[in-house]
Amino acid sequence: MISDVWTVMWKEWKELLFQRTSTHGGALTLLIVIGVFGIIFPMQQGNDWVASPLVLLLSGWVSFLSVANVVADSFAGERERHTLETLLASRLSDRAILLGKFCAAVSYGWGITLLVLLLGLFAVNLACGRGTLLLYQGAIGWGSVGIGLLSAGLAASAGVLISLRAPTVRQAQQTLSLTAMLLPVALYALAYGCQVLAIDRHALVAAITATSMTEIVCIVMAILTALDMGLLVLALARFKRSRLILD
Amino acid sequence: MIHTAIRTENLSRSFDTVQAVHDLTIEVPSGIVFGFLGPNGAGKTTTIRLLLGLLEPTGGRAEVLGFDTQMQPDEIRRRTGVLFEYSGLYERLSAEDNLEFYGRIWHLPSGERKSRIKELLTHLGLWERRQDPVGTWSRGMRQKLAVARALLHRPTLIFLDEPTAGLDPIAAAALRDDLAALAYREGVTVFLTTHNLAEAEKLCGQVGVIRAGELVAIGAPHQLRARGNAPEVEIVGRGFSERILMLLRDRPEVAAVDIQNDRLLIGLHGNVDVAPLVGLIVSSGAEVEEIRKTRANLEQVFLTLMAEEEED
Repeated sequence: MISDVWTVMWKEWKELLFQRTSTHGGALTLLIVIGVFGIIFPMQQGNDWVASPLVLLLSGWVSFLSVANVVADSFAGERERHTLETLLASRLSDRAILLGKFCAAVSYGWGITLLVLLLGLFAVNLACGRGTLLLYQGAIGWGSVGIGLLSAGLAASAGVLISLRAPTVRQAQQTLSLTAMLLPVALYALAYGCQVLAIDRHALVAAITATSMTEIVCIVMAILTALDMGLLVLALARFKRSRLILD
Repeated sequence: MIHTAIRTENLSRSFDTVQAVHDLTIEVPSGIVFGFLGPNGAGKTTTIRLLLGLLEPTGGRAEVLGFDTQMQPDEIRRRTGVLFEYSGLYERLSAEDNLEFYGRIWHLPSGERKSRIKELLTHLGLWERRQDPVGTWSRGMRQKLAVARALLHRPTLIFLDEPTAGLDPIAAAALRDDLAALAYREGVTVFLTTHNLAEAEKLCGQVGVIRAGELVAIGAPHQLRARGNAPEVEIVGRGFSERILMLLRDRPEVAAVDIQNDRLLIGLHGNVDVAPLVGLIVSSGAEVEEIRKTRANLEQVFLTLMAEEEED
């Protein structure tokens, strides 16, 4: 099973690499993301960068965006290019195909995030180190790595789920974009709900402020883990060869 | 060694109101090329999908290589190779990477994988361009590569869904030759769907004819030909008068007589001796230059079967 997942990942990576290097647009977008978030942002923030909660948000966002950019292609692309039926007729199990595509997308997004985090550290040390080694502090460090991974997982599981039934890559991308837009809407609804239920906003802010960064990171990671697992289980449940062929 | 590669019993599949496959009962012996003939939309591809366990039947059952298609589809897919209507190749990847991917899927050890890829690509004349993205290849080359992929893991049975569709006649003939040679050399059972009758006649040891989801005939090509139109005698010569035509029509073994472009065409009731008829024609004053006894080819049989079904 693991070697089959690895095989699917190998193929996905090969295709991704071709896609990213064969077009100027693909390579340029990647370079801009890495340049802006890995060099310009950290250098603007200076010493504060290694202790800034912004790093947590950024790692989550870069991961999500990078994965969302490629994951729509996972099944819809195979369907569009008429390679899906042959893949489904192979000896690969449902799980190996799905997890291979999921892991390939996650490793791509997480890889870019780790690169951005490392470049950021390098840039800050180069610009403001003054002989001392600056490192991400406590929860910011491991939280960025963890949130980066789980955000990539969120985009990948949602993307795979959408791509499973989408007839074209474009349609999968559109649905995924709409789904991503639901996140701020949900936050707004939450804030509105607090207002309606007459929850004291000041008390809420005070409670959040009183919570340590480690606790906040742990809560966020727990929520992301639950979402990742839920969506992945849903994708596995929806993976039916007969449906995939006829869709 | 399993003697029957494929066995279906009243296999059926419908999509809403459309009956794609209806009560299909066939038995395909191991080690032969079986041609599954039918017009577009007859149910050929659906049958392959059912046999591979990719679709669930709405009725009946099927066994492939001794495994039940509903209970053990993984076992079937483990032992079979397939080429669908579309080649299913990753056009962004090279030929070598396409085969490498499927070689890994089938758990071929690294050394064996490399030598097998080289063997197949060399045999099909594709080795020199193994590093090029498949998207830059011609359709004929891609089909050859897809056949190589289907044979890569030395399957016991391969399904080929219209492998020469869309190819020019030269590429189709080349692929057919390669296919025949490979199938013979590898000793695999081939389940080939096609609407190219000449192709089926050349390649297949047995054929089944399907129309609107129903099997209308099955047997060796020569058996089907025998079931088709009765033999016909074509006589080239001069002096085929009205009187000769009348004399011929009176003979019990003659079904029909006609003259087309100075050729006398005599339809016969079964495989009868034509010497007495020729004697009658010559003794009645006609001059005979050439006599040809023809039998219906598979295409004529196929067209007759299709026409019969339409009438029904």
